[in-house]
Amino acid sequence: MIPSQFEFRAPTTVDEAVELLSNGMDVKVLAGGQSLLPVLKLRMADPEMVVSLTKVDALRGVRRDGDQLVIGAMTTHAEVATDPLIAAHAGLVGKVAGTIADPQVRNRGTIGGAVVHADPAGDMGGALLASDAQMTIAGPTGTRTVPAAEFFVDFFTTAVDEDELLTEIRLPVFDGWGADYQKFTRVAQQWSIVAAGAMVRTSGDQIAEARVVLTNMDSVPRRATAVEQALAGVPVTEEAVASACAAAAEGTNPTSDLNGDAEYRRHLATVLTRRAVLAAAGHRGT
Amino acid sequence: MTIMEERQAEIGRPRPRKEDARLITGRSRYTDNITLPGMLHLAMVRSPLARARITGIDTSAAASAPGVVQVLTGADLAAEQGSMPNAWPITPEQKTPPHPAVAVDTVNFAGEIVAVVIARSAAAARDASELIDVDYEDLPVVTDLATAARDEEVIHPDLGTNRSATWVFDSAQAGTGGDVEEALANSEVVIERTFTQQRLIPAFMEPRSTVVDPTGEQITMWSATQIPHVLRVMLALTLGVPESKLRVIAPDVGGGFGGKLQVTPEEVITLLAARRVGKPCKYTETRSETMMGAHHGRDQLQTLRLGANRDGTVTGLDVRLLADMGAYLGLITSGIPILGAFMYNGIYKFSAYRFECTNVFTNKVWTDAYRGAGRPEATFAIERMMDELATELGMDPIEVRRKNWIAHEEFPFTTVASLEYDSGNYEAATDKALELFDYEGLRAEQRRRRESGDPVQLGIGVSTFTEMCGLAPSRVLGALDYGAGGWEYAQVRVLPTGNVEVVTGVSPHGQGHVTAWSQIVADRLGVPFENVEVLYGDTQVAQRGMDTYGSRSLAVGGMAVVAATDKVVEKAKQVAAHMLEAATEDIEFSGGQFSVRGTDQGVSFNDVALATFAAHDLPDGFEPSLDSDATFDPENFSFPHGTHLAAMEVDTETGQVRVHKYVCVDDVGHVINPLIVDGQVHGGLAQGIAQALFEEAIYDESGTLLTGSFTEYLVPSAPDLPEFTVDRTYTPATTNVLGVKGVGEAGTIASTPAIVNGILDAIRHLGVEDVPMPCSPSRVWNAIQQARTSGQQAPEPEVAP
Amino acid sequence: MASRTQTISLTVDGVRYTDDVEPRLLLVQYLREVLGKTGTVVGCDTTNCGACTVLVDGRGIKSCTMLAVEADGHEVTTIEGLSANGELHPLQRAFNTCHALQCGFCTPGMIMQSASLLADNPDPSEEEVRHGLEGNLCRCTGYQNIVAAVRQAAAETAGHASSPASGSEATQ
Repeated sequence: MIPSQFEFRAPTTVDEAVELLSNGMDVKVLAGGQSLLPVLKLRMADPEMVVSLTKVDALRGVRRDGDQLVIGAMTTHAEVATDPLIAAHAGLVGKVAGTIADPQVRNRGTIGGAVVHADPAGDMGGALLASDAQMTIAGPTGTRTVPAAEFFVDFFTTAVDEDELLTEIRLPVFDGWGADYQKFTRVAQQWSIVAAGAMVRTSGDQIAEARVVLTNMDSVPRRATAVEQALAGVPVTEEAVASACAAAAEGTNPTSDLNGDAEYRRHLATVLTRRAVLAAAGHRGT
Repeated sequence: MTIMEERQAEIGRPRPRKEDARLITGRSRYTDNITLPGMLHLAMVRSPLARARITGIDTSAAASAPGVVQVLTGADLAAEQGSMPNAWPITPEQKTPPHPAVAVDTVNFAGEIVAVVIARSAAAARDASELIDVDYEDLPVVTDLATAARDEEVIHPDLGTNRSATWVFDSAQAGTGGDVEEALANSEVVIERTFTQQRLIPAFMEPRSTVVDPTGEQITMWSATQIPHVLRVMLALTLGVPESKLRVIAPDVGGGFGGKLQVTPEEVITLLAARRVGKPCKYTETRSETMMGAHHGRDQLQTLRLGANRDGTVTGLDVRLLADMGAYLGLITSGIPILGAFMYNGIYKFSAYRFECTNVFTNKVWTDAYRGAGRPEATFAIERMMDELATELGMDPIEVRRKNWIAHEEFPFTTVASLEYDSGNYEAATDKALELFDYEGLRAEQRRRRESGDPVQLGIGVSTFTEMCGLAPSRVLGALDYGAGGWEYAQVRVLPTGNVEVVTGVSPHGQGHVTAWSQIVADRLGVPFENVEVLYGDTQVAQRGMDTYGSRSLAVGGMAVVAATDKVVEKAKQVAAHMLEAATEDIEFSGGQFSVRGTDQGVSFNDVALATFAAHDLPDGFEPSLDSDATFDPENFSFPHGTHLAAMEVDTETGQVRVHKYVCVDDVGHVINPLIVDGQVHGGLAQGIAQALFEEAIYDESGTLLTGSFTEYLVPSAPDLPEFTVDRTYTPATTNVLGVKGVGEAGTIASTPAIVNGILDAIRHLGVEDVPMPCSPSRVWNAIQQARTSGQQAPEPEVAP
Repeated sequence: MASRTQTISLTVDGVRYTDDVEPRLLLVQYLREVLGKTGTVVGCDTTNCGACTVLVDGRGIKSCTMLAVEADGHEVTTIEGLSANGELHPLQRAFNTCHALQCGFCTPGMIMQSASLLADNPDPSEEEVRHGLEGNLCRCTGYQNIVAAVRQAAAETAGHASSPASGSEATQ
């Protein structure tokens, strides 16, 4: 319950923050702290320095930049979940943000902190993947941009190096898409056992285009591209969508744990994918 | 005198609680809130290994760390720490291993304390605890109950076996029924089942905390305990401290559920540490420490055989248990399964019963009381078996129960397990529950979903339970070799102004005793509810007591309050008679007024209180005090009962389970405060449902607790539970004048089998015969898959329920 | 305690405080140990139980999962600062009248999170209340009376005459 001692810095600009990361000490970046603080309290990590981004105002907020939405890394899940721009143009991201952890954690936890933590059961990664997000990373030599598809590297590992910071997330505007996130848990405040996210654009009674992502089916969030292809042109009916989603778990590599084995997770992935796609397509009564 | 306005009776009134005022404004007095001048803080070093020999401990770095006052190991304390007490040796031959508060030579579960740091701040103690280097030599670990019972590896070699004791009840021997083997042999149907009562963690919300101040004439201990009185005497017996030199205070206690019915190593250690350094010491555990170091509950393997005839009449029940003690025997660890022994017959009147329980050691934290303690296990078993019987015979589960239960005109009824049930009306409770539930409507809905192949199937679970409450008649405890009596104490003090102080020996930690006792006393003395102050939880204030557990507080402690109050009235009548110049026999007392029968002369309770205080003019030889105390020893247990109905939805595609509707009609006798009773039922239901659906303490093969935090040990939050429909019937207990039975454990005991029966009822037609608890989605889904792949179809019942 | 302390200035329950604290000090420890505001309690070490919930700038957060140094410049409200002018907050009253607490340990967090919930959604449905409190564990009440209390407080605040879901015995 009591962390080890550390030095604490709260820079006010990205440049100052980045500079602190290269000071030769074992540094942890503190965003919202909702994953880091439990780890510190249990002494599963004991950094020499904690660099808090809480006073870097430039990292907060959501804005529109041409045909992109820009979400500052320090924007909280609660802000993402209720932001009108996100609701209008990046529905899946908003819906997913509203399912993360619990209200208090969403009030403090940030989108940047969550995705850089990269817990395979974390919900936001998949939504960013489905949304073709571009991740802006600041480092000692300037900023670079990494697509979400290359951002998640492995369990708790992302493209952000130790001397770098995720500063913002850029999303292309998705207008006219339905979105749904099916999060499967045993109790409400649990991490996803499996979750499926879907973005669907319909044309008449058919699915014109679909994007489907899976949470906790591998070390990183997974896009179910085979399902996406199978869904194109399919009528919005239970049977047709179920058939297109049957292969949702193909190529995934889920773990087995107290909440279920890999086979069960694969099965859940197909059921949840079907439900998410139908809901995103506006199909009534699943 | 003027005619008093009709005073509203306090008993039966839904009074909001007095004790809330502080708790809703943050003026709480939990142990960890206490800070004393010069107070030092403790941190524990706990073994990460489940079984090992300690070959060396290097404390030097910790001892010289900043802020550290002293570091203690088991070796340092070996001469004074004694052995943690077990107060319930269930047989004369019971094998009880020594249980040092701080391990000396070996550790036997992961989480056992091996060293203690005393420092000026909690942070310094925690920092230094990381510097202690313990060398362990691994020993083979046994975590599985059935494996341990085979004695292939003996955990405590000096005992020669992992089997602590075997306890038997046989109705043929006890003379309460026939021979069970004979009964089963003559039965038309014998159903055999094995159920696992998974290990649970009580998960009270307040982590345990202890503060000890050794600087006074008495050593004072504040502790987050349910049992300040028991703790005091046990500390005295364990440590050799004169009992009179100990004062134990249970301030606000944040829940217990049996989990704080314990004398803990942490309490012993804090006392020894404070005594050594001569300064107040505090130890507050982290939640992670609670999970691994505070006792767990349940953890039994039940093998049952139920005999019946084809008409549904049950003929006999044979129960064989293996009960997991964990590594040591806590305060009443060994007796927990025995508390269930008398309840396996439930509300039924079959005539042959045998119970045999073997207590077994494993390398896990010890088990002990958890809400219901033995009785939920028994109720689960019999209520599951009644549903199995109904299925086997193609009968409606309600009908099978009707066929076998004790009819209300048959009370008092001596059961096959030797208890005398004083009262009950199972028909009334069941009829009311069926109506509230819309049983027929839900059965129709169930048929509709089955016929349409709805992916979300519906099932109805039934549980008609009883329990033994009001622990306990002292002579019964004596016959069961328990180390103490079951009486309770109360004192009623009358202050000069007529205000009343009630001292109670029970120790509330959320049950609302302050409010309920005030209602009882207000009615009996005719004083305003607000004028009653209830004092408890401090051995210097409540000098005697047996504390709070086993749904005993009202049925036993409340009766002590009644008895003490009655004595006050008897004394006051003498003073009133003297004041009114009448004979004591002619004094009537009602609504706070003493009056002379047949006259309009009277004096008030307050007048009598003041006159007694002044003592200027009292009857000759009258001791100038109205204060009275009483110790109440119940003649019998009380037997709340009820009918619980759960409509369960099972998503056959995912295995996800949801409570669609939950109705319970409990009969807890007379109700002092319906608001409080409803609350007890709600909370009990939540815990019983949590056992059925969510909670399980899981150790891996190396003895590491995998569910060591609320991230893995799934305590439900608000969205995980339904809105309950709670109602009552009122059949008073006949063994106490309040007519009360107890309610603290009812919901927990009744709900678990209702939920599991409901899940099975939803998917039995798919071929599923059982789902082990907790019925997680993956288990439910796997059970459905297995049934489908093995192509089983449930035999078509002769009569569709 | 060798590490350097940092100076923080913040408002807690309407009072301005300036203190030197270790960076590792959690906000809840600051409240309890430095300010003596023991009304806010600690129930777990993994950000699950919500017993330590306080408002920071009006929003519910778990004070065990925020460093005191991060509260610098912010406004914190605890259970001890919820009532104003000696009058209980409608949530406090409703928790009492609905019997929404037993042992009381989760109560400070429940009430503070309920306040945060009602600030966002003044008239929540039963389901919205349940989800709004999903980060708060209670082991005593089964949540039924807590849900009723939050809805009663909402109704009272909105000036409604009726109190929804106040009776636990109502059949569905």
